[in-house]
Amino acid sequence: MSRSDHVARWPLVVSSLAALLLGLIPLPGWLDLLRPDFLALVVLYWAIHLPQAGRLWFAWCAGLVLDMFRGVVLGEFALAMTVVGAVAIYLHLRIRAYPIWHQAGVVFAVLFLYHFTLWIVDGWSGHPVTTSTRWIPAVTGALIWPFVTGLLDKLHHRF
Amino acid sequence: MAAFQTPINRPILSRGPISLGGFLFFVGLSIVVMWLDQRHDYLASVRRALSIAGYGVEVTVNSPFLAWGALSDYFATRGRLLKENEELRAHEREADLKLQRFEALEQENLRLRGLRTSTEHIAQKFLVAEIMQVDLDPYRHRVRINKGSHDGVLESQPILDAAGVVGQVTRVGVFSSEAILITDAEHAIPVQVNRNGLRTIAVGTGNLSQLSLPYLASNADIVEGDLLVTSGLGGVFPAGYPVGTVKRIDRAAAQTLASIIATPAAALDRDREVLLVFESQRPAEPQKAAAPAATPGARP
Repeated sequence: MSRSDHVARWPLVVSSLAALLLGLIPLPGWLDLLRPDFLALVVLYWAIHLPQAGRLWFAWCAGLVLDMFRGVVLGEFALAMTVVGAVAIYLHLRIRAYPIWHQAGVVFAVLFLYHFTLWIVDGWSGHPVTTSTRWIPAVTGALIWPFVTGLLDKLHHRF
Repeated sequence: MAAFQTPINRPILSRGPISLGGFLFFVGLSIVVMWLDQRHDYLASVRRALSIAGYGVEVTVNSPFLAWGALSDYFATRGRLLKENEELRAHEREADLKLQRFEALEQENLRLRGLRTSTEHIAQKFLVAEIMQVDLDPYRHRVRINKGSHDGVLESQPILDAAGVVGQVTRVGVFSSEAILITDAEHAIPVQVNRNGLRTIAVGTGNLSQLSLPYLASNADIVEGDLLVTSGLGGVFPAGYPVGTVKRIDRAAAQTLASIIATPAAALDRDREVLLVFESQRPAEPQKAAAPAATPGARP
């Protein structure tokens, strides 16, 4: 298990692009509030299942791209994604061994941390969003985690 | 024996391929990037490069909506087209009628202004831009339009639609730009009451159908139904364009200031196309200085 072994990187790129698109598609108001952070879930999946591929670079770059699209201060999502990636890589073997709903619990905790980071940076950069609905995506993200895992497992193990 | 070698070498509960130093490096990198972007303007070129790459993704997201529009145009029934044509004709007649008076009034206005040797700049050039169907952030009223510095879009350029002021450009990309709507909670626009010229500031509420006028005294001369137009102060928005109508006024006896809610004139939640305004004679230097003063909350 040397680090130089060839890991196909394209499933990472393809799934991230798909997640990015899912995050940008316009949805009606209430559905928009429920929309999970697809890109964060994808970063989480690859950090858990393929931690040696890209490691934190992948998480950080995904965050920076998200910064550009969301029009926030550059580095905000990058920081949040770094936190997500680091926690997931640190715990990746343990998380893999958990049953799926237990995993979803961990995912909720990590996504909460993600939104907490965003919340802090939002306040610091002078665009505070203090409504309680901003925490909803952490819950919906944890709820769809089993499906995301199932889907990405297929992509991961086929290639 | 060899078969067992790999598993034995690896601890079962490993820390994974991550080091504290790596984590701190990326956290530090993010913080430096944020600091550079927030406090200085060094990262404008990075942002521009990213926005070119991002344009492809935005076009991809936008394309199904474009295709649907094109398809429904193609299969438009004759009846619908005739009806639409009829409506447009009626609308044009009405507009023509208003225009006849407008020209006379404009002449008169110019004469009067000539007497006072003052000039007013009236917006003259327009550029039609389309709002891209891209969702930026559910908690901010930002939209992306499909024109950028490539088309001559400028920062803090005003945006109108057929009915009134929509917002202003906040960030210019190469092929697309980001705009803030007047209802964003961080936006403020200088307005005046059309009936009597009372000046104030209309602040966004974060609700697409409400503007708030928080800086008027309880005894101010304003009534429900008053039209609010841009005052032109601050130099960002041209004067005289409709912003909204006053909907509700609460004058509590104990309060010094009245709480006033207005409805935006522009169809902020239904627009597909908007107009970018170029002013004919835009003073270059004072404009730059005046922009932040005009919109205290809006970060350009």
